[in-house]
Parts: sequence; structure tokens; C-alpha cells
Amino acid sequence: MDLNTIWFLLLGILLAGYAILDGFDLGVGILHPFVRNDRDRRVLLNSIGPFWDGNEVWLVTFGGAMFAAFPEVYATVFSGFYTAFMLLLYALIFRAISLELRSKLDHPAWRRFWDWAFALGSAVATLLFGVAVGNAMTGIPVKEVNGNIEYVGTFFDLLGPYQLLVGVFALAMFTMHGNLYLCLKTEGELQQRVRGWAAKTFTFFLVTYLAVTIYTLAKLGHALDNFRAHPAAWAAVVVSVLAIVNILRSLAKNRPMGAFLSSAVAIAAFNGLLGITLWPNLVLSNLDPAFNLDIYNAASSAKTLKVMLTIAVLGMPFVLAYTSVIYWVFRGKVQVGKMTY
Amino acid sequence: MELDVYMLSRLQFALTIMFHYIFPPLTIGLGWLMVIMEGMYLKTGEREYEAIARFWTGIFALVFAMGVATGIVMEFEFGTNWATYSRYVGDVFGSALAAEGIFAFFLESGFLAVLVFGWDRVSPRMHFFSTCMVSLGAVFSSIWIVVANSWQQTPAGFVINETLNRAEITSFWAMVFNPSTVHRLVHVWIGAGILGAFFVLSISSYYLLKGRHTSMARKMFKVALAMGAFMSLAALGSGHLQAKNVGATQPTKLAAFEGLYKTPAEGEGAPLYLFGLPNDETESVEFGLAVPGGLSFLMYESFKAPVTGLDQFPREDWPPVNLSFQTYHLMMALGMFFIGITLLACFFWWRGTVFEQRWLLWTFVFAVVGPVIANEAGWCAAEIGRQPWIVYGLLRTEHAFSPAVSGGQVMFSIVMFLVLYTLLFLVWLFIMDKKIRKGPELHEPAPEARTSALDVAAKLAGHEGASLMDAGVEENDADKSEEG
Repeated sequence: MDLNTIWFLLLGILLAGYAILDGFDLGVGILHPFVRNDRDRRVLLNSIGPFWDGNEVWLVTFGGAMFAAFPEVYATVFSGFYTAFMLLLYALIFRAISLELRSKLDHPAWRRFWDWAFALGSAVATLLFGVAVGNAMTGIPVKEVNGNIEYVGTFFDLLGPYQLLVGVFALAMFTMHGNLYLCLKTEGELQQRVRGWAAKTFTFFLVTYLAVTIYTLAKLGHALDNFRAHPAAWAAVVVSVLAIVNILRSLAKNRPMGAFLSSAVAIAAFNGLLGITLWPNLVLSNLDPAFNLDIYNAASSAKTLKVMLTIAVLGMPFVLAYTSVIYWVFRGKVQVGKMTY
Repeated sequence: MELDVYMLSRLQFALTIMFHYIFPPLTIGLGWLMVIMEGMYLKTGEREYEAIARFWTGIFALVFAMGVATGIVMEFEFGTNWATYSRYVGDVFGSALAAEGIFAFFLESGFLAVLVFGWDRVSPRMHFFSTCMVSLGAVFSSIWIVVANSWQQTPAGFVINETLNRAEITSFWAMVFNPSTVHRLVHVWIGAGILGAFFVLSISSYYLLKGRHTSMARKMFKVALAMGAFMSLAALGSGHLQAKNVGATQPTKLAAFEGLYKTPAEGEGAPLYLFGLPNDETESVEFGLAVPGGLSFLMYESFKAPVTGLDQFPREDWPPVNLSFQTYHLMMALGMFFIGITLLACFFWWRGTVFEQRWLLWTFVFAVVGPVIANEAGWCAAEIGRQPWIVYGLLRTEHAFSPAVSGGQVMFSIVMFLVLYTLLFLVWLFIMDKKIRKGPELHEPAPEARTSALDVAAKLAGHEGASLMDAGVEENDADKSEEG
């Protein structure tokens, strides 16, 4: 396996880590307006309190790693998706600040404002992530301009029906994922209520999942190329289907941990499907495949990829260690006590 | 009218980086003070130090949150607004950014959770360890970002790939330890230390003047004053060394800082302007006051040593002289003020009358603005002085922006950032003010609730800790009484 392939995989791992971890706290954000009283809202906020910031670091590191390993992709995509990325930034900033400030003042209008800012920020960010994945699948209008691959479309070219559908699918997936997380973190009457939502959020997820699958099979001819060439890739499909079935089974047997972990596996498997579809490309041009950016024509030098691999190998064990420590220290049900949101 | 993507992108970058840079140095400086103050608590076991540590943890979390929220913008902006630059430097600059993510951000964000949420969950030792780790994370973060920026100032350890038109790493360590990294990093840390110290001095002076939390405020004041005085003096030494380094590696920048248009004739030294108004038309400094030969002396310890002026370089390679000069001098003037005021306060401390000098305490209340401006001005000088290059001598800023982006898009995002950041800053000030007015609170001693194995066992068994419930009630009461 060459360094370019390793970095393709590592970026996949970072993205999957981000989707699984920030996925549940974005989902909690989307569900935030649906609990009625102030105490319950604080329970929701505190359920993700110690984690959300660390979860978002996966995105930051994904961005940094993409910059370093595949600068052409970073430059083309970030400048091409300018307006979408700016909206994403506003959403993420708003969300972070709402979380931090909401409970600092005991006034109904203040709290209502930040409640909505938090929910809206979470929903918009999730939708945009989904739309971005949709665009990765369909390909985008990029072509060579002055020796570089540049985006030549507009903001609205990114919002085709398929891309929007994937956006809604992301919304459904994170909502369910967050809901399953809340089943783990809450207790008593609130837990009853969030459990009651699970059937709905799962159905929403399942419907959008089927819609995306059918649309992909029907309209995106290139999506199956790698599956035809490498039948082993179907394993990712099997894993995703089994994980989805297991969510339902765990819910029925009242095993919230099993449901949450299955949903995490499903997210990882979808991420794998995206990777398989794209491989060995990172950006597909819908104008001409000659303008595709792949893991070779978009990569940094071999020296840099090697240096970065050393950094990753040294750093990742620490990252996994802190992450485990934090999740261990703050395990169990939420208690609204001192020093909390 | 066609909007200029290049100028708008510069404006947006300046706006977003300057707003962001209020917070990271405060995080670093305050982090060090928190390590000291919480360390005192661990050493002495005094409840006052515990209250101090808890109080600053709450403030720190708010500062940190702003730093994170505004920091993500910066990482995105390299790609969104400066795509050509990103392609050019990705091979070099990217590894520093990725290292920052892996080594610094995970460390900070993970242990911050323990810092803020962990008071009742982990032992005081573990909490102190977390404070140290968060502080270390902030320092790591500054290392990688300053490495990346220093590479833009004094590129090293790379080769230009002509076919791909980009810089590629040849030696990672030569890139990391490029000629300006160490000088600039030390100076950034000192700047952060001064800001942290003045921030704590401001708040504790306010309590002292109002006669609130007097005993705790005195403790905080002394720790911060000691650090502030030390750091202010260190800034002078580090600044001197750094200026010499700039003279050796970026002569146009030094010439702009000092308003040195003309290389002095042989046997004549270069003057050191204390203030003045550089004029590009006449190529001289107007309304200025200068020490003859002063610059030569500072650079080469001789009043007659030659210093290269701007006349040795083509005009298109000049940075904006006046702006470089003014921001640089503003930083210097503030630096002198920090030395003066902290030494004076130390003198009164030694005499045992520092807490009676009300005018001095009032000065400290407002003086916190000084280090914020000095940190900003220093970075402005560093970045403006590098112009017209984005990577010194290699890539011009005007060639580095994103070709795929339109002026209208950038205009839209600037307006949005202005609105959002104004709102954020006001809300942040409001909440900070509220927290500061509330001040540190002594906790009723309930050590067994926090440390004993019994409590952990009770929690594991699913019983809520009684102390936690009490704490919750207590906080609600506090909120209510404040409303009234």
C-alpha cells in the first residue's frame, strides 16, 4: 500500500470519527426544541457538554490533514464551495456559542433565543454536511483553469435534488443517532419520552436511507463501478444493512447501548461506501473525468506524506487515550449540578 | 462595479484573525496563571485558593470557547479565500496545521471537559493535572501555528517544484526551526503572559477597589503582578533579539518598522525614531524624534554600523511603510508602559503599600486593554511588514487568492462576519461582566464528596451524590438572588 492510499484511508477514518462523534451531538441539537421544560433542555445540553468540543476537533483535524495530504483538493473544494462553507462556519459558531451562553442567564427570552440558535445551527450544519457528501457522489463542475482544477459553477449548482436528498438523509441519520445517545444518557420520565421518539426518528432515517439508495442505484451510474471491479466492496453494504437491522432489534429488546453502537457502525459503513464510490478519486468532475482530482494528482510530495504519517502514528494513540479517558470520566447519566450548561 | 476579491479577502482575513487573536494569547497566559493558582491550592489546601481556581476555570472556559469558535474560521479561510496560496504551501504548511490538530486540539478539548465539568467528578490532583494539560495544549497549539507563520516569513527546508508551482518539504526540522521560529515563538508566549497577567490584575484590582473578596483578590493580584513584571521585562529582551533577527532575515521589514528609507552613508549610523510619520513621497520621517545612530547601535552595538534602508530594494517590494512603522511603534510604546507600571507596582508591593495606591489599582482595572492592543499591533506589524509577500520572497499576496471566488461572495461573508462577531463580542462581554461581578465563591467544605471512594461507589451504584444535589440547589438560589 502506498502513502497516498494510506492517507486516503486515514482521511476516511477521521471523517468517520467525526460523523460518529459529532453526529450524536448535532443530533441532540436538532432534538433540543422538542423537549418541553427548561430542566430537560439543560439535561440535553449537559449530556453533550463535556464532549462536543472534542468531537468537533475531528473535523478540524480532518481539514488540516486534507490541507496537508491533498492540498489541491483542499484548495479547489474550499474555494469552490465558498458560500456553503461560510454558512457552515456561521452555523458551527452559533451552535458553539449558544451552548456556552444559554444557561448563563436565567431569563426566558434569552434562553429561548439561544435554544433556537442551537437547534438551527445544528440542523443547518448537518444539512450542509449531507449536501457536501451528495456533491462528492454526483461530482461537481470543476475544470482546468490556468493549470489548476477550479470550480466553475455557482452556489446553486451544489443544491441539486440528489444533493438535497442526501442532506435530508444526513439530518435524519444524525437525529436518530442523537436520539439513541439520549436514551443512554437520560433517566426517568425524560428517558421515557426520548425512547418514545426512537420509532419516529428510526422511520425517518429508514425512509430517507431507502430513497437515497434507490436514487443512487437509478441515477448515479458511476457509483457502482468500483463494486463491479471489486466484489469484496459489497461487504460494506452488508455491514450497513446488518447495522441498521440491529438498531431496530436493539430498540425492540430495549438495549440502548446496542442501538447506539449499531448506529455508529452504520455511519462508519456509509462512510466506507462513500470512500469506495470515490476511490481513487477525491473530487469527481461532472464536466470531464480528465479533470478529476485523485489521490495522486492532488497529493503532497511523498516526503510530506511520510512526515505526516509519522505525526499521525505518534499522535493518534494519545488522541484515542484522551478520548477514552474523557468518555470514561463522564460516563453514566446526566446530573444537572454545579458548573454545568 | 466589480468588487475586488483580492482586497476583500485581505480585509476579511484581517478582520477574522484580529478578532480571533484577542482570545488565544489570553488562553495561554491565563492558563499559566491557573496552573500556578491551582498548584497553590494543591500545595496549601487553602479553601481560598480553591475558590480562586474554580472562579478562573469558569472565566477560562468562556475565553476558550470564543477562541475555538473563531479559530475554526481561520483553518477554513486558507482554502476558501486563499486557494492559490494553499496549493503553493500545502506541502509545507499543511503538516504544521495537521500536527496542531493532532497534538494540541485534542489535548486541549479533552482535558477542558475535566476542567469545567470535572470538579465534582475527579480528585483535586487529577483536576490539577487536567489544568496543566489544557495549558500545555494551548502552548502546543501556539508552537505549530507560529512555525507555520514563521515559515512564511523566513522559508527554509524546502525546494520549489517548478512543474507543480509549489514549495515542497526537503527537511521537516529545517522547516520547523526556520530562522525566525524560536524568536517569534518566545515573543508570542511573552505577549500572552503579559495579557494573562494584566487580565487577572484588572479583575483583582476591581475587587480590591470595591472592597470585595479582598483576601482572595490580594492573592491573585500578587501572583499576576509577579508574572506581569517578569514577562514585561522579558519582552524587552526578546523583542531586541527578534528585531536583530528581522534585520538579518527580512531587511525590508526592519527598514519599514524603523522608517529607514535611505541607507546611511558610510561612517554615519541609522537613527532610531521614537515616533514620527513616514512619508513615501519624500522618503523621510516627518514630525519625528530620533536618537542619532540608535538603530545601528541596537542592531550591531555600534553607532556607526551600516543598516540597509529601503532604497536598496525595488519599490514594488516595499511593505506599506507608515502602517508597519506605526503598529510596530505602538507595540513598543505599550511594552514600555507595561514595564513601567509593573515595576512601580512591585516597588509599592516591596514597601507594603501597593493595596493602598487606589490610582494604581484603577490604572490596572483599565490597563488590560493595553496588552490586547499590543498583541494585535505586534502581529499587524509582523504581517504588514512581510508585504507585498505572502511567503517572503517567493509568493506575492496579490497572486495568492482564490480564482474561483467572486467579490460579491466575499462581500457577503464579510458583512456576515461583522454582524456575527459584533453580536458575539457584546454577548461575551455581558456574560464576562456578570461572572466577574459575581466573583469567586468559597465552597462549604465537603471534601469527602469529592475524594472518597465511597462517593465513587455510590455513583457507580446509581445513587446521586447528595453533595451534587445540594450544589444544584445552591446554584439556583444564587441565580435567583442575583435576579432580584
